Formats: sequence, structure tokens, C-alpha cells
Amino acid sequence: MAATDDIDYSDIEEKYQVHYDDGFDNMLVVDGVPVIDKSKLEKLLAKICKEFSRKGVSIKPDDIFMPWNDTTGKSQGFIFVEFKNADDANLALVAMHNHPFDAKHQFKVNRFTDIERYERLDETYIEPETEEYAPREHLRAWLADAQGRDQYVTYRGEDVEIYWHGKPSQSEIAMKPDWKDFLYVAWSPLGTYIATLHRQGVRLWGGSSWKPQQRFAHPLVKLIDFSPCEQYLVTWSNESIVVPEGAPQGPQYLSPDDEGNNIAVWDIKSGDLLRTFSTVSENDSAAAKKQMQWPALKWSPDDKYVARVTPGQMISVHELPSMYLHGKKSIKIEGVVDFEWCPQGDRDREDAEKDALAGATGAATKTVKKARENMLVYWTPEVVNQPARVTLLGFPSRAILRQKNLFNVTECKLYWQNQGDFLCTKKSIFCNLEIFRVREKDYPVEVLELKDTVTDFSWEPKGERFAIVSSNDPNLGNPGPGITIKTDVSFYQLEHGKNDFKLLRTLPSRTSNAIRWSPRGRHVVLATVGSSSKSELEFWDLDFNVEDAGRREGQVSKEEWGSGIQLLGTADHYALTDVEWDPSGRYLATSASSWTHTLENGYAIWDFRGQEITKQIQDRFKQFIWRPRPRTLLTKEQQRLVRKNLKEYSRTFDEDDAAEESNVSAELVALRKRLVDEWNAWRMRSKAEFFGEGGPKSGRKGDGQEQEEVEVWIDEVIDYVEEEVLE
Amino acid sequence: MSFGSLIILLTLDFRDPFCCKVVHPSPSLYSLLKFPGHERSLTQIKFNAEGDLLFSCSKDHVINVWYSHNGERLGTYDGNNGTVWTVDIDSESRFLVSGSADNTLRLWSVASGKCLYTWEFPTAVKRVAFNEDDTKVVCITEQRMGYQCAIRVFDINREGDGSDQSEEPEFFFNPIGSKATVCAFTLIPNIIITGHESGKVALFNVKTGEEIDNNERAHSDVVTDLQLSKDRTYCVTSSKDKIARIHDTKNLMVIKTYTTETPLNSAALAPTRPYVLLGGGQEAMNVTTTSMRQGKFETRFWHKVYEEEVGRVKGHFGPINTIAIHPAGTCYASGGEDGFVRVHHFDDSYFKAQPYGTVDIED
Repeated sequence: MAATDDIDYSDIEEKYQVHYDDGFDNMLVVDGVPVIDKSKLEKLLAKICKEFSRKGVSIKPDDIFMPWNDTTGKSQGFIFVEFKNADDANLALVAMHNHPFDAKHQFKVNRFTDIERYERLDETYIEPETEEYAPREHLRAWLADAQGRDQYVTYRGEDVEIYWHGKPSQSEIAMKPDWKDFLYVAWSPLGTYIATLHRQGVRLWGGSSWKPQQRFAHPLVKLIDFSPCEQYLVTWSNESIVVPEGAPQGPQYLSPDDEGNNIAVWDIKSGDLLRTFSTVSENDSAAAKKQMQWPALKWSPDDKYVARVTPGQMISVHELPSMYLHGKKSIKIEGVVDFEWCPQGDRDREDAEKDALAGATGAATKTVKKARENMLVYWTPEVVNQPARVTLLGFPSRAILRQKNLFNVTECKLYWQNQGDFLCTKKSIFCNLEIFRVREKDYPVEVLELKDTVTDFSWEPKGERFAIVSSNDPNLGNPGPGITIKTDVSFYQLEHGKNDFKLLRTLPSRTSNAIRWSPRGRHVVLATVGSSSKSELEFWDLDFNVEDAGRREGQVSKEEWGSGIQLLGTADHYALTDVEWDPSGRYLATSASSWTHTLENGYAIWDFRGQEITKQIQDRFKQFIWRPRPRTLLTKEQQRLVRKNLKEYSRTFDEDDAAEESNVSAELVALRKRLVDEWNAWRMRSKAEFFGEGGPKSGRKGDGQEQEEVEVWIDEVIDYVEEEVLE
Repeated sequence: MSFGSLIILLTLDFRDPFCCKVVHPSPSLYSLLKFPGHERSLTQIKFNAEGDLLFSCSKDHVINVWYSHNGERLGTYDGNNGTVWTVDIDSESRFLVSGSADNTLRLWSVASGKCLYTWEFPTAVKRVAFNEDDTKVVCITEQRMGYQCAIRVFDINREGDGSDQSEEPEFFFNPIGSKATVCAFTLIPNIIITGHESGKVALFNVKTGEEIDNNERAHSDVVTDLQLSKDRTYCVTSSKDKIARIHDTKNLMVIKTYTTETPLNSAALAPTRPYVLLGGGQEAMNVTTTSMRQGKFETRFWHKVYEEEVGRVKGHFGPINTIAIHPAGTCYASGGEDGFVRVHHFDDSYFKAQPYGTVDIED
């Protein structure tokens, strides 16, 4: 018995000690109650109860305890109120704190449990320690690269590598991060961040040392979409959100209210969750569910609005950052199928900036040209007695700017030019292109009728041209192994005099199925993607005769129509799956991803003429993405100046190149010399070890030293005569 | 007889090191000769010491011997009853040994084509090699049907007509661990160098069967070929892991590494010039049938010291299984999965060109 007494149970007792509730959570202390004597007690209590009840928390006079000062016979000026439960108490706390009871008295409400705590509070003031200011890395540090190089990321096997791309000597690895277990990587649209998709959610990395910048806890995230100005992020998972017990709570985490949804919108800077949505609406059929559009939420180009379509019913536009429905109601459109926001051109952006500036300084806004309103375009299919319709809608005014009826439509695609100057809608059955000139008064529409099926359409960025891939191949629409669809590629350009689009040139009998315009316009690459037998790349220049692309508008009329189109080069990258221009429009990257097939995975970089710069064949190669660049900070005037003095700049660059070339070759020569010296030293050593100083003895007989003599007999028929001998 | 051995003489242009990926045969020096030869894929080819004869063996059970200068067939060695995996000839061109899938090791008379002696084993013979003075032959037998991979060394009695050989091997052992795929005698008596299925390269003392030294990480896949330098102080290995390496045969130190993008089946060292020849290609079963490309079946020339690819020679339309270089370095031959042996004679520019400037590189 004595032995058990010796055992120290204190740790176990501590562990299993029951923590009692204080039991006072439903008690409030109300200060600032008038000091009264007994006679007025009932009246006061009734009044207090009334006041509380008016704020939605009903109490009875019995719940109030009023302490008395027995010596003076008066109340102490505070009361204790007991509520039915802690929730009511909390409600009353919020409602009644600083409540003016009468002219002289104002209630001060505290929790009973808090009073005790306040009593014990240390009164001495401790100055909070100021946190040492740690300057954060500049997230756009890569733009300050002295050589003005671009970056790209490759994802191969389990490894991510970020490279600089420049002249051969300047192309080097920038970073090999040790990120683990993720689906894929993605750049943000201005290149500030790189995102990795993990099981637990999305991580953003950035800065010159690629530190983690932000994370978004959306479990099993599969797709992400950044807003155009990189302020917000949309994530999607095919699994509905489930918030397990004990999950961390806070503005950055999914809450139980979000359960069952699968799209989340996040604020990138704060990391806060703004709102979640569900992609599945109640009346969706199974077929509709399968065809989820991505991005499911479409952003206006200025990040002010985000909209989503409920097919057949409406477009819902939400304001940022509150994520409330704009105008508290969706735009109801019977039968709406799809919509697109109008992109913001450089002009619009400048106008918007001026607007903001004028607003800030309070200057008379009348003098400043008002920036163009956001626009979106949507289409509705044919229903009984009503043709299909494409509608241009201003937003937030919700004014219908232009409507166009279409006939015989099964499917309609909407293509904006990247400056928001033109809109093309393509309808199938009879392949018609309807081109809206959005910058002009009344939004004139031009119709181009084409005989063949158009499989791809692409606007020239910042230009007035577009390219289409069309095909009349009977195999179109039933792809099979080994079938390569024959296609024609045509270029069209806006003719300024007549104000319509005219065919520049058609390139017949190609296999190209992808058009990739350089982000600066002018150059275009036609590629055959996804074919197992053809993998051609054609590099075209559309302004071959024009010296400076900036001056081309005035010259077009003088030149023969379409004469500037010139093939610069062709190349071949076997089994390529992706084609992407770098942000400067000087280089093109093609890659063959192991996500699609396993033949010769890897990537190649070409210049705009189709000259191969590098080619890497790598097993398990998955992704190649150029790092996007933000918009230039130079004003139009500065850009013009640069263009004017291009010759001088190029001279310095040429000098740099020459200096570097000699430098590099010197390095290479030194390296080779070192390799040869090492090799020779090793050979001497190993020969000495085996044979002694005398050199190798003759090993095999007949060392092959003596000249080989080849004897050849040649039978040559000099002449062949057939004679008939007559007897 | 659908296939013949196609022998082509063509020129190699080594004047410009940076753009000789495609080597064009010049039409004037081009002669094309077609002879009935192998019907199935080649397994190994070997020059004799003088380089005038080329021996080839294939899956069609036949060993052929050719004049290397014109591609004329001199004769055949008949008698094997299965794929002939390997051949080697002695330095006097007197005896030939062959190893076959019919579980036999045979000794032939080069001149008469007669089979002088036959050793029989429980499993197929995958590799044979003579030692430096032609007195011993090492052979590797396959690991199959409960039998372990075995390495045997036979004493070759060079007296008389050669038909009087001892039946029992002089040495016999089973290498522990991964099975051996290739082997050769080093300069040190009774020490052989082996390449293994796991990618290991090792040195064995054949007397004791003891593993003296190894490099487990020489390759990460099967070692497919191992060829010695002329003085046997170093060797080149090729592997399915797409890499070829030069090793010091004394301490197995990796001297050079050549990383390609295709599985390699063979690697050879060019005498007199600092090049390594690599051959291989995607295996037939892995090549897509829809693709018309015949890529990757080129012989690749790598600079031995700089580890840079300097050129390629096209020709085969199947993977290259084996490469051999004339002992004087005047021509090379490649044998492919397509059943052809191609002999390429180097022209003057190959010997005169100094693509990297005048440097003195020890052979």
C-alpha cells in the first residue's frame, strides 16, 4: 500500500483533469445604470427589460441582479444580467454596449468573465517591440536583368527548372527549386508569380530567390485562373469542398459555408478567400456537367468585375473586391450560351489612367475623354420565332450597344482582337465570319462568307489582320490514327479605303492546324500540332517589304496587296504538342509533352526566322512556359524615340556581341586545352603503369602498322563480237 | 533471300565540326554492292587483326566472313543450330570462336570453315573473347532454366590442327548478383572486365571467381557492349540507359561520359583519331508504326576527349546492334537489326581534318 502512495500521479491527474465551464458565459455586467433607491427598483427593472427587448434580447426582471450598498441604501450603479444562453448574451453585448439609456446614462456592457480578467490586467505599459523592417524582394526583379533576357520554366519528371533565355552564352539556369508533389506549374499573366498546384492547394512563388509568396488552401485543386491584373485567383477542383472537423478557421480558409462548392475566388495579396461557387446548378443535366468551361469565371480586363454564365438563363456579374452581385441582380438573358469580355487596349488603359488621375486631383473631368466602358458580348441560339443573336452589351450601364441576328447557327465562337478593336464571331453550318468594328460609330458589321469549314481563327495582336485555317477535307470531323487533315491557311487585312476586310493571300494544301501570331504582330507561325506523321512549322512574315512595322499604315496602299507576305523558313519538330512565342516575339518555343505521348519528349527554341537555337530531347518532359512580361512602362513618345535611334542602340549591341564571341571562344579553347591535357596526362600515367617507361609493347602480332595491300582482279569485257561461221 | 548485305563505300566530311550532323556521301566515291548475306538481325561483327576480313554473326544461325575492302563474301561457317550471339577471332586469323543460342561454344578454322571443336553447356552462350596472346577464351553463358549465369575460361591448344581441346574449362565460376552480359580480358593475366545487366562494370579474377573491383553505378541499365582500346588499358561501354562511358580497365574509374538520346547497343573506339562511335536506336517494338521517320538509327561520332557529338552517319533503317572499326582506323562497319552490314571507308578529309585546331591527343 505504501508503494502506491509513493507514485506521483500529478501528471496523470493534470492530464485528465476536467475543465469546468466557467458557467458565466451567459452573464453580462451592465455599467452606467442610474443609481436609485429601493422604491424605484421595479420601475427601473421594467424599463431596462424593455430596452433590452427592443434590441431583440428579451429578459425578465428576475434575470437581473442589482447589488445594493446597504450603508447608503442605494444601488451601486451596475447590474448583473443573466441570459438564457451564451449566444443571447453575445447578442446583447453587441446591441446594448454604449446604449444611451437616458440623457445622463449610457450602458457599458461587459462579459462577467471578462471583468475578472480586466482586474488582473497589468497596468504598466509595455512598449510593443517594433518589428525590424525586412525589405521584401522585388517581385519583378527579373525585368531588371541587364541583358533584358526572358525567362522560361520547364517541368520534367519531378523537376522544375527556370532558365534565362538570351544569346547562347547568356542562356543559363536561373533557378532549380525543390518544389515537391505538384500537378503542374503556371505563370501569372504578368509574370509576377509562378503557381504550383499541390494536393493541399495552390502556392505562389516569386521574387529573385523564388520564396513562397502566398498560398491558397483549396484541397485537390485541379485548375487555376488568374485575373488579368493579377489581383485575384480562381481555383477549381472536381471534388466538392469538404471542411473537416477541426480545420483551421479564418479569412484565408474555407469555412463550412463553402461546403459542396468547387470554385473559389481568392485575393492574391492578402490570401483571403473572397467567395466560393458551385459549378453544378440544380437543373443541369449530366451532359452539361461534363462540358465545364474553363475559365468558368471570366474577368473584365480591369479586374473590376467577374462574370459567369448560367447557360440558358443569365450572366451573373460580381463586383470586386466585395464579390457582391453587381446591381443585386444578374443579367437575365433567355437562352444565353456563351459570352466574352472585351479586352482593354493600350488606348483604353491610358484613358482609364487619365480618368483615375483626374478623379484623384479633382480636376474638371469634362476636359478628359471618358474611358470606354467595359463591354461584353454574348450570343443566344435560335429559338422558335427568333433568330440567333449576338449582342454587344456595355457594362456597368447594361446598355445594348449592338445586336445582330444570325441565321442557321448551330455553334458560334467569339473572338476579340487583343486591343478590343474588332470582334469576330464565327458561326458554323455555313461558315460565316461576322466582324464587328467596335471602335467605329454604330459598330458596323461586315460578313465574310466562306465555303470551307474554318477550324481555327486568330487575330493579329495589335493589328488589323487575321488568319484562318479552313478545310474541305472529307476526313474533317472524324479524326483517326494516321489521318492528317489537309487545310488552307488564309490571311485577311482591313482595307482602309473601303473599310472592309479583304483576302491578302491563301496558302493552299497545308497540314497546318494551328496559327500562332507573334505577340507583337507581323510574324506568324503555322504549325501542325497533334499529328503523328506531320510536324511542320512555317515561319511567315507579313510585312517583309516594310522596313519598320510602326510605319506600315501609310504604306499599305502603295504596295501591291499581299505582296509583303514572305515565308522566312520552315522547320520540323517531331511530334510537337505545344507552340508558344516568347513575350518579345523574337523566339518561338515548341515542345512535345509526355502528357500527350511519349515520343521524343522535349522542347526546342527557334528564332522568328525558323533557325533552331536549341533543342533538348528529354524523357518525361512535361511543360515549357515562357514567363510573361507586364506591359511596358515606356510612354508612346519614349517608344518612338527608341525606334528612331535603333541604329545607335544596335551598334552598341553589335560591339557587345563581338566582344563576347571572342570571350566565349577563348573560354572554350581553354576548356578544351584543359580536357586534352587531362586526357594526355591520364594516358601517360596508365601506359607507364602497364608497360613501364618504354611505351606499349607490341601486343598482338601484326599491329596493323604495315600497309594493307589489296589485290583486286577485275574482269573487263573489252569487246564482244559474235561471228557466225558459215560452212 | 529477301535481304542482302548492302555494302557502301562513302565519305565522311569532318572539316566543319559544327554542321556535319548529316554527312552526305559524295556520288563520285559511291559504290553500291549487294550480296546475299544475313536474313535476320546482326548480333556481332568483328574485324580480324589486319582488318582485311570482317566476320559477322546473326540471328539466322550463320557466320559470314567478308572482304572488308569490297564487301565480297569469302565464306560461311555453318553448323550452328540457333542464333549466333557472338564471335571473336585470334590475332593470327587462324581460329574463330563463336557462341550460340544452341548452347554451344565452337572453335572454327578460319581458313577452311571447319568446326574444330564444340563445347556444350546447359544454356546459351552470350559472349566470347580471346585473350591477348590467343591462348585463352572467356565465355559467358546465359542465366536460364534454373542455371545461373556462368563465366568459363578455356585453354586453347594451338598445337596441331586445333581439334584437340580439353573439354573441361580451366576456370569456372558464377558471378554473384546481376548476370554478366559482356566481358573481355584485361592486360593483367587472368583478370577480366565484365559488364552486367544491372549496369554494373566489374573486374573478376577468373582463377578464384573473386570480384576484385566494381562500379555499381557505371550505368543504370543493361550494359550492351564493351570494347577495349588497342593497348587494353581502357575500354568503352554502351548501355540501354543511352549513355556510353570510357573506363580505366585497371581501377574502373570513369574517364569520359557520352550522353545521347537513344538506347545504345554498341560503342567502339576509333584508332588514330580521337573519336568514339556509338550506335543504337529505339527498339522496334517501341517505334511507332505510323511514323515514317527513320531517325535515331545513325552511327554517332563523338569526340573522345571533349565529349561532344561531331557527326552522324545515316543508313540503317533499324537499330544498330553492333559496330566494329578497322584496326588501322581506315573504315568502320555497322550491323543492324535490319539485317544489313554497312562498311564505310573514311576518305582523306577524315584523317586530315583538324576540326578543333591542331591538338595532340594520345590514342
